[in-house]
Amino acid sequence: MSSVTTLKYTLQLADNVLIMGQRLAALCGKGPILEQDIALTNISLDQIGQARSLYQYAATIVNNMSVADKAQLFNAPLLQEKINNKLSITEDDLAYLRDAWDYRNCLLVEQENGDWAYTVARSFFFDRFQYLLYTAMLKSTDSTLAAIAEKSLKEVQYHIKWASEWVIRLGDGTDISKEKMQQALQARWEYTGEMFTMNELEKEAYNIGIGVDVSQLQQTYQQQIETIVQEAGLQMPTAAWMQTGGKNGVHTEHLGYILAEMQYLQRAYPNMEW
Amino acid sequence: MSNEHKEWPLWEVFIRSKAGLDHKHAGSLHAADAQMAIENARDVYTRRMEGISIWVVESKHIHASNPEEADAFFDPAQDKIYRHPTFYNLPDELKHM
Repeated sequence: MSSVTTLKYTLQLADNVLIMGQRLAALCGKGPILEQDIALTNISLDQIGQARSLYQYAATIVNNMSVADKAQLFNAPLLQEKINNKLSITEDDLAYLRDAWDYRNCLLVEQENGDWAYTVARSFFFDRFQYLLYTAMLKSTDSTLAAIAEKSLKEVQYHIKWASEWVIRLGDGTDISKEKMQQALQARWEYTGEMFTMNELEKEAYNIGIGVDVSQLQQTYQQQIETIVQEAGLQMPTAAWMQTGGKNGVHTEHLGYILAEMQYLQRAYPNMEW
Repeated sequence: MSNEHKEWPLWEVFIRSKAGLDHKHAGSLHAADAQMAIENARDVYTRRMEGISIWVVESKHIHASNPEEADAFFDPAQDKIYRHPTFYNLPDELKHM
């Protein structure tokens, strides 16, 4: 059923930007310098805003389904309960009531902030992917996804500029900054392969015309990354093995902690508003 | 850590709003170079759609008048009202002045 595919695909897109935004939001008030603290928070808010648009769309799809179809969708008990009680689902429910195995974000975005170079490297790898993804998604036959992609692209353009310039700045900086940037690129590179490996859901979404064939983006991605890495005077990172799992719900140990913090209030005090 | 930590230089930021014709001083910030200063200015001073154009200049390049000389500088203009163009008779054909 195509609406289930659209729903799951939309949730995967949303999970990526929500977890990335949540990671960067954790640096609010802790940035190395006021101006960059604000820059990070702006980027984080852009991403959480994109996540909101996507979750809102996902919630609309759920609410338009029959009760019988809805009951099949989620394992998370609190979501099940809402559906059984015939309550409509909101964007917040989708963010706060799903468990780690329901989340379909790629492993890259859940990785720790680490030092500044690690934070920059993760954004550098993710934002560049998002740019290519959203550009391809402009052609989606789903007009809502295409519209969200178009709106988000302007934001992502700034994100890649921010991250790329930091890679160049650190790579082209002192011996220490160069070494740290190189190390961070190397450490995070093994999480990039997953973004371009089509899972079953993405294949289905591509076949019905709403989704993007991410495997076709990889070559361009590599070239664009390499251009910046070279400009920074750094070595292109390598990986003998690419980590996968997040897109199928198999996460690193970090996601549970992120969700524990992010979802605490709604789980401790259900339906709390403030 | 030694005292090697260096502060980034200070920059003055000028923003032109959508409706405005001139860049107005918005504030100051720290940045390592001009490019970063413009981007920091974008993040710090245009988050609420305040502007459509940004100028930055390193603060050290701004030369200011001396406040102690303010009397000599500005007071003499006080009684020279004839410098205001309010004493001219405008021809009737001129409108919107």
